[in-house]
Amino acid sequence: MTTLTSDNAHNPVADGEKVLGPNDNAYQDPTHRAPLVVGKHNFTTITETVTDLNLRKTPRAWYIAFAISNCLLLMFLYCIYELITKGVGVWGNNNPVAWGFPIVNFVFWVGIGHAGTLISAILFLFRQNWRTSINRFAEAMTIFAVCCAGAFPALHVGRPWLAYWLFPIPNQMGMWPQFRSPLLWDVFAVNTYATVSLLFWYVGMIPDLATLRDRCKNKIGQFLYGLFSLGWTGSSRHWHRYEKAYLLLAALATPLVLSVHSVVSFDFATSQLPGWHTTIFPPYFVAGAVFGGFAMVVTLAVPARQWFGLKDFITMRHLENMNKIILATGMIVSYAYITEFFTAWYSGHHFEQFVFLNRPFGPYSWAFFTMVFCNVCAPQLFWFKKCRTSIPVMMFVAMCVNVGMWFERFVIVTTSLHRDFLPSSWDMFVPTKIDIMMFIGSFGLFFTLFLLFCRFLPMVAMAEVKNVTPQAHAHHDHDEHHEGGQH
Amino acid sequence: MVLGMPTKKPDAPSKVVALIAEFDSVDAILAAAEKVRDAGYTKWDTHSPFPVHGIDDAMGIKPTILPWLVLGGGITGLLGGLGLAWYANVFEYPFLTSGKPEFSLPANIPVIFETTVLLSAFGAVFGMLGLNRLPWHYNPLFKKKSFSRVTNDRFVVVIEAADPIFDTQRTTDLLNSLSPICVEEVED
Repeated sequence: MTTLTSDNAHNPVADGEKVLGPNDNAYQDPTHRAPLVVGKHNFTTITETVTDLNLRKTPRAWYIAFAISNCLLLMFLYCIYELITKGVGVWGNNNPVAWGFPIVNFVFWVGIGHAGTLISAILFLFRQNWRTSINRFAEAMTIFAVCCAGAFPALHVGRPWLAYWLFPIPNQMGMWPQFRSPLLWDVFAVNTYATVSLLFWYVGMIPDLATLRDRCKNKIGQFLYGLFSLGWTGSSRHWHRYEKAYLLLAALATPLVLSVHSVVSFDFATSQLPGWHTTIFPPYFVAGAVFGGFAMVVTLAVPARQWFGLKDFITMRHLENMNKIILATGMIVSYAYITEFFTAWYSGHHFEQFVFLNRPFGPYSWAFFTMVFCNVCAPQLFWFKKCRTSIPVMMFVAMCVNVGMWFERFVIVTTSLHRDFLPSSWDMFVPTKIDIMMFIGSFGLFFTLFLLFCRFLPMVAMAEVKNVTPQAHAHHDHDEHHEGGQH
Repeated sequence: MVLGMPTKKPDAPSKVVALIAEFDSVDAILAAAEKVRDAGYTKWDTHSPFPVHGIDDAMGIKPTILPWLVLGGGITGLLGGLGLAWYANVFEYPFLTSGKPEFSLPANIPVIFETTVLLSAFGAVFGMLGLNRLPWHYNPLFKKKSFSRVTNDRFVVVIEAADPIFDTQRTTDLLNSLSPICVEEVED
């Protein structure tokens, strides 16, 4: 069987034109497309590398990580218990800053999800085949991030056992939700997003679950993988409809992902509050979401490829591509920050100008400058190829962006609310212990779900990766594409 | 199981539901599919670990009606969302808020958009599963050793006994002429 790097005559690495590592596919040679997967892989080794992660004995490190994230999850559940038994007074939310941490956390988490859908849907439509190695776990990240996001507004309603009031369900009070309110739009947007993302993820996973079903040796595994693979046989007639369904889902998820953070931004933009009431919010929020989401994908991908031995699949080129997207969206976000200040100045509006002076020079200036450093300054390192392909640098920038994007939402929510039109109603927002524990605890929920995913579900979309290898292309009529895996 | 030749079971020939031939490359499966198509079979299929480029032409698969189901889902979602907003805020529970009209299209577009996308996605997923007759809880093919690697690295051709021109001997000869790794009978 041929391997992905078999065509050495056209491989600049093998030719010694570039002195790079043996598995380096991040070279810039416009005459040769870089391979998507490095190392000597064929269909069999792709299957074995990916399924062994699920079928081997559970490593001890997994138990340790799982125990830590479970502790954080327990802390999250304890905070919810405190909240429900004592009331929303356990939070630092006060009268001017009624939204506080819960909404900051909600926007933070829902934004992170966007990178997963961008990778799975938008890059699919643009035929960016490098997505195949990272789409599965980026989509998983989306779903788990949306789970964390959904918890916060549901708890923020104060009486979460009445959260079903948000939905248009016939009830004994004869009341219906108000469809003219952006908060209701948000309910529809986030729930649709969660549902469609879950379907997209699951449909993509059916063939790989069938692979696990056929390779699993233990009875429980065979039963469960068999149940969820729905009797998939890899029939070409099935694949035909499956590929059409996948394409249509990608086409539907693309406008959906753009709409979700736009609708989230309507929660702010349709209010009358200076600092929120602005038309730039929808594109600004979407760019910020993709920015923050990709930072989270890099944060997860770097350790995952190390610990799970997936360096052949998640290559340096994948990481570099993601870093380029971080740089591009980071520049859009920076531009949006500047535009906000310009608009405030140019509007000649007294209150608007005050809010934007209050951000860098008011009591929350430390949060503002943290945000500027993390979101505007740190990504500038990615102009340099050395930085884009250096693991420590990209982890540093990704962590900065994770922090910075949380602070962006904190700045938007808190600084706009804490000093509104009347100085007599001004107040400072100070988070309580429960606020902070709840935010950290939500990472427990996220990582618990993510670790379960890593242990039991295929982390790399095997069928899709096989599809972009050279062996997947017929040779008799595609000789010139023999370098394959490079489309 | 005998490589190259099917095991003969003269006492129970009626139980054979299909013949299965195993291949190990994309080229082989494409060539085999063309031959089986040209031989005039209709109830047959190929199975592969990933969608093979060009297999639709090689097998003569017609385009699926799935996009129409998605369109149907989308239109249902659009009208459903519109109807839900109107029913809730105009018909069943009208109330005045911020001097806004009871019904205006711009204010309802986000919800209508979301319901349209949601039901289109349901159309795509459940339509695909329905057309593929999934979930399928029992399939005699899974009993076969040569079928167990079809989700890994092998490709198979399956010709059903229910095909009008199926004949155990002649179909076996056809499959053997395609130089497979092995040909097997599938009993139910």
